[in-house]
Amino acid sequence: MKPSVFADAWEGLRRNKSIAVSVILVTMISLYLLGVGLLAQRQVDQMKGYWYDRVQVSIYMCTSTSQQPNCSGSDDGATQDQKDSVASQLEEMKPLVKDVYYESEQEAFDRFKEDYKNSPLASNIRVGDIPPSYRVQLSDPEEFDTVASAFEGAPGVASVPNLRQVFAPLFRAINIITGVMIGLAALTLISAVLLMATTIRQAAFTRRREIAIMKLVGASNRTIRTPFIIETVASGLIGALMAVGLLWVSAWALFDKYLLNQQSSGTAFISSADVWVIAPFLLVGVVVLAVGTSTVTLWRYLRV
Amino acid sequence: MIRFENVTKRYPNQSRPALDEIDLNIERGEFVFVVGASGSGKSTLVRLTIREEVVSSGRLLVGGHDLRRMPQRKVPQLRRQVGTIFQDFRLLPNKTVQQNVAYALQVIGRPRRAIRALVPETLELVGLAGMEKRMPHELSGGEQQRVAIARAVVNKPPVLLADEPTGNLDPATSLDIVRLLRRIHDSGTTIVMATHDNVIVDELQKRVVELEAGHIIRDEEGGSYVPKAVDTRDLEEHETEREDVGEGSGPPPEDRPIGEVGALDAWDDDAEDLLR
Repeated sequence: MKPSVFADAWEGLRRNKSIAVSVILVTMISLYLLGVGLLAQRQVDQMKGYWYDRVQVSIYMCTSTSQQPNCSGSDDGATQDQKDSVASQLEEMKPLVKDVYYESEQEAFDRFKEDYKNSPLASNIRVGDIPPSYRVQLSDPEEFDTVASAFEGAPGVASVPNLRQVFAPLFRAINIITGVMIGLAALTLISAVLLMATTIRQAAFTRRREIAIMKLVGASNRTIRTPFIIETVASGLIGALMAVGLLWVSAWALFDKYLLNQQSSGTAFISSADVWVIAPFLLVGVVVLAVGTSTVTLWRYLRV
Repeated sequence: MIRFENVTKRYPNQSRPALDEIDLNIERGEFVFVVGASGSGKSTLVRLTIREEVVSSGRLLVGGHDLRRMPQRKVPQLRRQVGTIFQDFRLLPNKTVQQNVAYALQVIGRPRRAIRALVPETLELVGLAGMEKRMPHELSGGEQQRVAIARAVVNKPPVLLADEPTGNLDPATSLDIVRLLRRIHDSGTTIVMATHDNVIVDELQKRVVELEAGHIIRDEEGGSYVPKAVDTRDLEEHETEREDVGEGSGPPPEDRPIGEVGALDAWDDDAEDLLR
């Protein structure tokens, strides 16, 4: 056989192989970024769910030792009238207010002792240091501010700490991460699509003689196109599987290994299991993308 | 079998139509030579018949089907009914003789048993028995064209189109090829052969349709072909050099889809140009 024929075939193969590898890698990177974005979003949802379940409006009443300006009028703390007024006002706010629980000074002291029993703090605290409070469960945690603001500054109310203000920056940070990840994923997905198109064009060019003969003897479009579509889907799927693997390793290392060991607060984290939830979407997505890209490209370059 | 009714084919950016209001009727079982100088419209006629190009106006019927109205997905069916051979053979260089012929059946989904039966029978018909395992480059031009013919007729199409099939062959080999075509014709195949080889036309004494600048200027039974005396040699050299531009018409190569049937340039080894 002529050396040039071999050289030609080898050259085409080598070129196609390197470009196929780049398709796989770019697909992997883009789906990895997309996966990180999706996982971050799941983390936000999870935290929201976790905290919203626990979010209660705590209305701390004044005590004899309260420093808050609202409590300066009385040295004995909130009067029973003031407490009753808060309680009845809460009663009126049903059904937004789902449940109200009054925690007395003694109960607050006991709970603190229990929560911090390993801490030196526990021995220094006395009954009355922690003010009595109304613990209010909301039917809709998003309405936190409505309830909190209604009691902020009411007579006998020391403070209504806003737990959401503590978490808002965290949620915002995670949302920004999600946005950046999805933006990068979109860019790399565009490169993946362009690379897939280039690969198909290259492969079609390498096999132009076979294609010409197939058309000439009346092979159906499907016969001519299927191999290219299969090739594209295969490289896309390999990239997607690698991305899923990488995501799993990342999630496992970060959540299962690191954060679970660090955990003290009981905050809910996602785990590597969540990767299996998003993996099907990534795989199906890449198949749709590959089929779409190859169909459009082949339609453009392999007209009958 | 093939009927041109007032057919005009105009390529974009060409002032003169490649075919200008052609009327031509080719009956089942005929053997027709289409002759004429380069650029007279022969190749366009072939390309229209396999629906590689679509007529600009008029009607072209092949086997009763109006090719202009034929949906894209039916085109493969048409091409299974019309075998085609070309000046440059178009064999797959990395496949043996047998594989080249079998390929045509494989890609249209014929069962393996049919392929095993049809391929040897067809190679026998074209006189290549015993050469099944040869590679195309080990064959002479005439033998390569026989492989191409075998590939074109292995599925037993009712029509065989030959576009300058002897253009790359010496006169003796050309006659062998044409005699083979006549044998295939004798078994009932309609053959349309575009050529400018007067020796062949004179030898076979079949119907001759002569084109000039897109018009039919002659259509006679048992005719001969006398190329315009003055510039015959010039024309022929000119033609073999320029034939790859396909009548100097159609879109430029880089705009054409890959693997287009008539795009000879896509066949060349240095077709890198296509990607530019």
